[in-house]
Amino acid sequence: MSAGAQSNFPTGGAGGLTPRVGHGLLGRVLGRGGGGEGRRFSRLKTAFFIVLLTGISVLAVYPFIWLVSAALKPQSDVFDNKLIPTNWQWNFTGDPSPVSGDERLLALPDAPVLSWIWNSVWIGLLAALIVALSSALVAFAFAYFRFPGRGFLFALILATMMLPGAVTMIPVYLIWNEITQLTGEAGRVAFLPDIGVNTQYPLWVPNLFGSAFYIFLLRQFFLGIPRDLFEAARIDGDNYFSMFRRIALPLAKPALVVVFIFEIQAKWFDLLTPLIYLRDSALYTLPLGLKMILDQQGAGGGGEGRWEIIMAGTLVTVLPMLILFAIFQRYFIEGIATQGRKG
Amino acid sequence: MVASLYFSFTDYGIEQIAGFEETSRVGLENYRQLLDDPKIALSLKNTFVYTILTVPAKMAVALGLAMILARLAFAAGFFRTVFYLPDITPPVAIGIFILVLFNGSTGVVNVALEFVGIPGPFWTTDPSWIKPSLAIMSIWTVGGTMVIYLAALKAVPAHLYEAAAIDGAGPWRRFFNITLPMISPALFFTFIVLTIAGLQTFTEVFTAYFGAGSAGVEAPDAALMNVIYLFRQAFEFFNMGFASAMAWLLFAIIMIVTAVQFVVSRRFVFYQGEKQ
Repeated sequence: MSAGAQSNFPTGGAGGLTPRVGHGLLGRVLGRGGGGEGRRFSRLKTAFFIVLLTGISVLAVYPFIWLVSAALKPQSDVFDNKLIPTNWQWNFTGDPSPVSGDERLLALPDAPVLSWIWNSVWIGLLAALIVALSSALVAFAFAYFRFPGRGFLFALILATMMLPGAVTMIPVYLIWNEITQLTGEAGRVAFLPDIGVNTQYPLWVPNLFGSAFYIFLLRQFFLGIPRDLFEAARIDGDNYFSMFRRIALPLAKPALVVVFIFEIQAKWFDLLTPLIYLRDSALYTLPLGLKMILDQQGAGGGGEGRWEIIMAGTLVTVLPMLILFAIFQRYFIEGIATQGRKG
Repeated sequence: MVASLYFSFTDYGIEQIAGFEETSRVGLENYRQLLDDPKIALSLKNTFVYTILTVPAKMAVALGLAMILARLAFAAGFFRTVFYLPDITPPVAIGIFILVLFNGSTGVVNVALEFVGIPGPFWTTDPSWIKPSLAIMSIWTVGGTMVIYLAALKAVPAHLYEAAAIDGAGPWRRFFNITLPMISPALFFTFIVLTIAGLQTFTEVFTAYFGAGSAGVEAPDAALMNVIYLFRQAFEFFNMGFASAMAWLLFAIIMIVTAVQFVVSRRFVFYQGEKQ
C-alpha cells in the first residue's frame, strides 16, 4: 500500500525527499513555492492572526521559560511562578563533598549525572551513525539491484513499521537474556565480553540491523538519483561497494542527516529501553537518570522535595535538544514533513 | 513475534529466567487471566479515553495552526519554529512538566485559572482530572502534526481555489470541498500514527506517576495506561507469559483499530490522480 499511495500523494509527483532537498520540500513548507490557497490574508486579518499566534506562542514557550527560571532558584522559591527569580541560586555545580540537603546537581551522592550525560551522548552518536549506515546499505540494495522477491521483501520491512514496540519488547528482552547467560561468567562463550542485560549493548546493537522507516526514506532518496550515474561509475570500474560509498552516500547526505538527527533524538528521548536493561546507575542514560532523581528527590510532588535539583536536571536534559534543533532546524522540519508523505 | 505468541501460552516467569524451573505450557490460562484481572480492563479504558481525548484535539489544533501559517504573509517561519519546540522536549521532561505545571496548589495552570476566576481542580491527584491534564500536555506537542499539514496545504494547487472563487464558493465551501479532500491523505496518516502512538503511551505518564521511590505515594489508577501495566507485569513482577498475552491483546486492538480506520477512511481519503 505504501509505495502505491506514495506516488499518488498530491505533491505533483515529487515523491518524498528528492536529492534537491533544500529546494523542493523546504520551499513548499516555507511557502515560497506557490501552491496552497495562494491568497494572503488582508492586512487587518494578518494583524489579528499575528496577535493570536503570539498568544499561542506564549503557551508553547512558557514551560521552557518557567523551567529555566525554576532551575536557577533556591528550593523554597521553585513554585513561586516568578519568571525572573527573586533569589538566584546556582543549582548545577557545587561543593564536591556537600552538606546533606545542600547538594548540587552534579555533586549528588549516588547520582553520577556527568556519566549519564556522557552515556546519552555517545550512545546517541554511535546508534545514529550505525543506523544511518546500515539503513543506507539496505536501502541502496533495494533501490539499485533488481532481484526476484524484492517487492515482497520490501513490503515485509515496511510491515515491521506497523509492529508496536510494546509487542516486541518482551521477546527482544528474552533474546538479550539468553545472550546474557551465554556470555556471562558461566556461559559457553564466556570469552566474549558481557553483552547482555545490564550492559549498554542492547541500547545500540539493534541499530546494526537498520530501521524500517529510515530504509524507506533512504530508498526513496536513492531512487531519485539517476541510474546513469551508477552505470557510468560501473564503466569506470567501480564495484558495487565503491559505487555506494562514492556516489550514493555523498548524494544522499541530506537524507542521511535527517536519519542521523532523528535517531539521536530517539535515543535522547528513550526511557523504556534503558529502564528495561540497565540496573547499575552508573550505566544510566540521561532520561533514566532524571527519572531516578525525580523519584528520589520529588517527595510526592508538593513543595517539600528538592525540586530545584529536579528542575536543573530537566534543563540539562532539555537544552541539548534545543541546541541541536537550533543548528539543524531545516532537517528536523523536512524530516517530519517527509514522514507525512509516506502515507 | 512468534516467540511472544509462544510465551503467551506459558507460565514463563522469574523462575524460568533464572533457570530454576522448566517452562510449562498453560494453554489459554494467561488469556483467561486477562479477563479476570480488573486492572486490564481499567488500563485499556484509561488508554482509550486518553487516545480519544488527544487525537482529534491534536488534529484540529494542528490543522487550525497550519491553515493560518499557510496564508500568513510574514513571520510564518518564526511561528512554525516556536510551535515545533515542544516536540523536541524529551518525554521525561514532559512528565515532569505535568507534575509542576498542573500542581493543584502552586501549579501555574491553576494560578492562571484563578486569575480569571475559575477555581482549578487538583489535576495531578484528582482521578477525574488526571487524564485531562495528560491530554492537555499532549496537545502542547502538536508541532510535528502541524508541519505535516503545512506541507500538505502547500501542495494543493492554487488554481483549484481560483476556479472555486470564480464559481462563487465561499471560504467554508472552499475548506470542505477543496482543502479537506486535498490534504486528506495527510490527515489520514496522522490519524493512524497519532492513534497508534496514543494507544502505546508510556514515558510521560510513567515519569509523572509511576516510580520506584515516589515517597510511598500510591500510583493513581486513573493514570494506569495499558503499556505501563504491561511493563510492570513483565519487568517488575516478571510475569513474562501473562505480559506476552497482554502484548498480544494490545497488538490485536491496534490492528483492529487501524483496520477500522482504513475501511472508514476509504470513503473520505482522496488520492490525486486516482481513477474514481
